[in-house]
Amino acid sequence: MALDFSNATVKAWRRENGRVGVRNHVLILPVDDISNAACEAVANNVKGTMAIPHAYGRLQFGEDLDLHFRTIIGTGANPNVAAVVVIGIEPEWTKVIVDGIAKTGKPVTGFSIEQKGDFETIRQAGWKAKEYVHWASELQKEDCPVSDLWISTKCGESDTTTGLSSCPTVGNMYDKLLPHGIYGCFGETSEITGAEHICEKRAANPEAAAKFKKIWQAYSEDVIFAHQTDDLSDSQPTKGNILGGLTTIEEKALGNLEKIGRTSSYIDAMGPAEAPSKGPGLYFMDSSSAAAECVTLMAAGGYVIHTFPTGQGNVVGNPIVPVIKISGNPRTLRTMSEHIDVDVTGVLTREMTIDQAGDALIEMIVRTANGRMTAAEALGHREFSMTKLYRSA
Amino acid sequence: MGIPQLLVHDHEDNVGVVVVEDLQAGTEMMCVVTHDNSDFRLTAKADIPIGHKVALKPLKAGDTVIKYGEDIGKMVGDADVGDHVHTHNCKTKRW
Repeated sequence: MALDFSNATVKAWRRENGRVGVRNHVLILPVDDISNAACEAVANNVKGTMAIPHAYGRLQFGEDLDLHFRTIIGTGANPNVAAVVVIGIEPEWTKVIVDGIAKTGKPVTGFSIEQKGDFETIRQAGWKAKEYVHWASELQKEDCPVSDLWISTKCGESDTTTGLSSCPTVGNMYDKLLPHGIYGCFGETSEITGAEHICEKRAANPEAAAKFKKIWQAYSEDVIFAHQTDDLSDSQPTKGNILGGLTTIEEKALGNLEKIGRTSSYIDAMGPAEAPSKGPGLYFMDSSSAAAECVTLMAAGGYVIHTFPTGQGNVVGNPIVPVIKISGNPRTLRTMSEHIDVDVTGVLTREMTIDQAGDALIEMIVRTANGRMTAAEALGHREFSMTKLYRSA
Repeated sequence: MGIPQLLVHDHEDNVGVVVVEDLQAGTEMMCVVTHDNSDFRLTAKADIPIGHKVALKPLKAGDTVIKYGEDIGKMVGDADVGDHVHTHNCKTKRW
């Protein structure tokens, strides 16, 4: 008999804005690449904090700058984060980030390096970080309904087993949990190529379908046709995909779309790192198919748990969001099981149904929300990759 | 029924996927269609790695390859029933 999740709860943190977080990070967040060193020094001095160094944040402009700000602000605003110390080279952009995060009501303070230098910035930011750690470490978890979780998905190092087992496992989870009121998110614009006609039909309303089509079309024209040398054959499918038996982008896309289940439909298509704005339900997010970039964008959109089907064995993690790996490939489970949280090899041997696999994933989501560290967390995978739209000035 | 060596998504498909390691040429495979759990037997004509595809019908260059009941590309070489189907004889129609 299928498990009943309608009244299930998890022990998690209810944030100032009402959102539920399943981790309790105190972040030391750089505005720009040249503030990484100060952030890492603060995180080294004050235990229980985490710096998230990244590659960009200077001389960006237009849509690319908007995306940078949205990604950094969204990361700080994510409910898995209790409090944030922001450090930037100068005060103005630092204030943009601080003000953006402050809208959630959580504690956030900014520091800038110019006219002070790293030493003095590290000293001042260190005091604030220590204050936040003491405060955050005493925040108590409370019972929160599973329906308050925001759960995203993206697959990686896909092969033919992901389309047969781990992707439909995620789809089954969405079919079961979306009706209870969770927020879901899928994306990977380039990996929809070959199944875009099917994806368009899975929209819940004509507006969402039109927005998806526009995003997909823009990607094809602005990225593929503008930059292609011959075709995408050398990167989509990837060499790993091809080793795993995937031959064409269409085959990969059809397996990818198994992640949205049988009965679920998306209510909106949104830009990268945007927060969903149409209430509970499934959303499409315009995003790269590169694992770290995609998970970073979805985390910045506010999602607190990520479900990640893999075939050949992608090892990605995220600094603030637990990434749950699901695999049905017996060779991957034999050779790199330390990376896999949910083993669905039984789907291929016909000893496990997709319904049972979906229940196993939901059980792991509940355990992860309650505090179980994922394989990626235990192994220290904290990949944080900014999506860059074009060259800086 | 035993553990299948080959899974097929849909009855319309003309390729299936090897789901066991070290499949040897000549193996009479237990094949299952996941859509309804029906099964059939097919002999593999080559050593085919896990995750790779096998032709369920004779396929000629130019034929459309069907998986998930959908068009996933075209044959650019021939494959007999039980042969390996991959990048050497199958390609996207997109580019």
